[in-house]
Amino acid sequence: MDRVIVLGIESTAHTFGVGIASSDGEVLANVNRSYVPISGGLHPREMAEHHSKVAPEVFREALEKAQISMDDVDGIAIALGPGMGPCLRVGATLARYLSLKFSKPLIPVNHAVAHVEIAKLSTGFKDPLIVYVAGGNTMIIAFVKGRYRVFGETLDIPLGNCLDVFAREIGLGLPGTPKVEELAIKGERYVEMPYVVKGQDLSFSGLLTHALKLLREGNYKLEDICYSLVETAYSMLVEVTERGLVHLNKKEIALTGGVARSKLLADKLTKMAALHGAMFKPVNPEYAGDNGAMIAYTGALALQSGVEVSVEESFIRPLWRLDEVDIPWIT
Amino acid sequence: MSIEKEIIVKEIISVGAEAALIRGEMWDNDVVFKLRYPKPYRDKNLDEHLRRTRTSYEAKLIGEAKLKGIPVPSILYVDPFNGLLVLEYIKGKKLKERLEGLDSSSSRKIFKDIGRYVGILHSGGIVHGDLTTSNIVITKDNRVFFIDFGLGEFSNELEKQGVDVHLMLRALESTHPTMVSSLFKAFVEGYKSVRGEEWSNKILAKIEEIRLRGRYVSRRRRVRKSFY
Repeated sequence: MDRVIVLGIESTAHTFGVGIASSDGEVLANVNRSYVPISGGLHPREMAEHHSKVAPEVFREALEKAQISMDDVDGIAIALGPGMGPCLRVGATLARYLSLKFSKPLIPVNHAVAHVEIAKLSTGFKDPLIVYVAGGNTMIIAFVKGRYRVFGETLDIPLGNCLDVFAREIGLGLPGTPKVEELAIKGERYVEMPYVVKGQDLSFSGLLTHALKLLREGNYKLEDICYSLVETAYSMLVEVTERGLVHLNKKEIALTGGVARSKLLADKLTKMAALHGAMFKPVNPEYAGDNGAMIAYTGALALQSGVEVSVEESFIRPLWRLDEVDIPWIT
Repeated sequence: MSIEKEIIVKEIISVGAEAALIRGEMWDNDVVFKLRYPKPYRDKNLDEHLRRTRTSYEAKLIGEAKLKGIPVPSILYVDPFNGLLVLEYIKGKKLKERLEGLDSSSSRKIFKDIGRYVGILHSGGIVHGDLTTSNIVITKDNRVFFIDFGLGEFSNELEKQGVDVHLMLRALESTHPTMVSSLFKAFVEGYKSVRGEEWSNKILAKIEEIRLRGRYVSRRRRVRKSFY
């Protein structure tokens, strides 16, 4: 199929976004609104309420930015998962409505696959090892035989969640990772932390518990605890990435997901890549966090390969793993 | 004592993610230097801690295995502070490379031996952690040697020992698919001769559980069609 233009909707977690992109990688619009809680953590119902409120204006703004009408759009892409049910339903409802009203094909997109595709577009890498780190995911990914495969992942909480919860506990609010990093840079002393790498997999929950315990005991400076927490978490991730790199003999590493904005993590990955003669690039910061553009772009690739779903079958899939998705657009 | 004078470096075998393997000589022995080299990407204290503890832990595992009569390379020298482990060089080939050229009765005999040795390791609370056909060396007279305890640990847990045996099965399936059933059967026979029926059957049941749980199954989770 020739070049197609797709409108994509993201609403898997705290961000509601609408993006418009073409199959050859041009992003015409990328409009996103994130829910920020007044206090405490992210509640799925509150996020869903937020998404319902902002959806119409985000949709209109995206069309205005792209300076196109719905007639120019070839399909509607929707992130059906993985994510939180109440949030997913908001985006899915809008997508089904648009598909029916304008008679456009509906394209199911896996949120994690979209993070991978936008990273490849943004870095220009053709066949990289992908490090996907966010508040909801921590995975090392590579393409093998028709699918993206997971070569290592967290066994409990994601890395971004570990740092976010720590930030919340010390009263820093969301998103916590950059704020914990700011403090970490001022740290001087490494305090021993649980370093849990199990083969190719990672575990962060013990690390979080231990860091909070040290904090309560009050024997160490907050900056030193932050430094040790960040240092340990990132080193664990980089070590597993290094194993994947050597095992798969890849020459490119792309970093994607919300934590891809982290300078400290990028610095570590750059140094590790150099050890093995590989190249490292993070995704463009605009596409690091959840966004509509990545859903639109991935949807455009999928539509070109004939991937569609009927409205009746467009169930949300809160537990949809990335390695369950066939990727027909890579040959 | 300066160790450098005692060492002759011959060739770099491989530079892995964890360590570099170098062939050479030390005190008139053919040796392999396993060097956990410093990683520039992590805090110096953390890096030293990891390299030191992992090096001495691996040496302990190899030493314990040797005391239980498992064929493992002898340890010539350990310098945990520099992440250096010096091991006897085992003359032979990786099982992975030898397997295709062996007749079926010798390969079954080898796998029975492997099963027996893994049974002894497990009885002694040692988990190898990376039981693949790349980490077993076969000598000219078809004797078995276990190398690379880098991912090993001391544990009596059914889960961990099950994972150990599961990995051996996986390695057979992926690299030697036509020989899986007869070789794994021989392995289990050897394993049972040490650990008995009851424990061995628990291990086999565990493997089945691991298979269903792992990411090796495309749909490991119950797929529930959520309502609209």
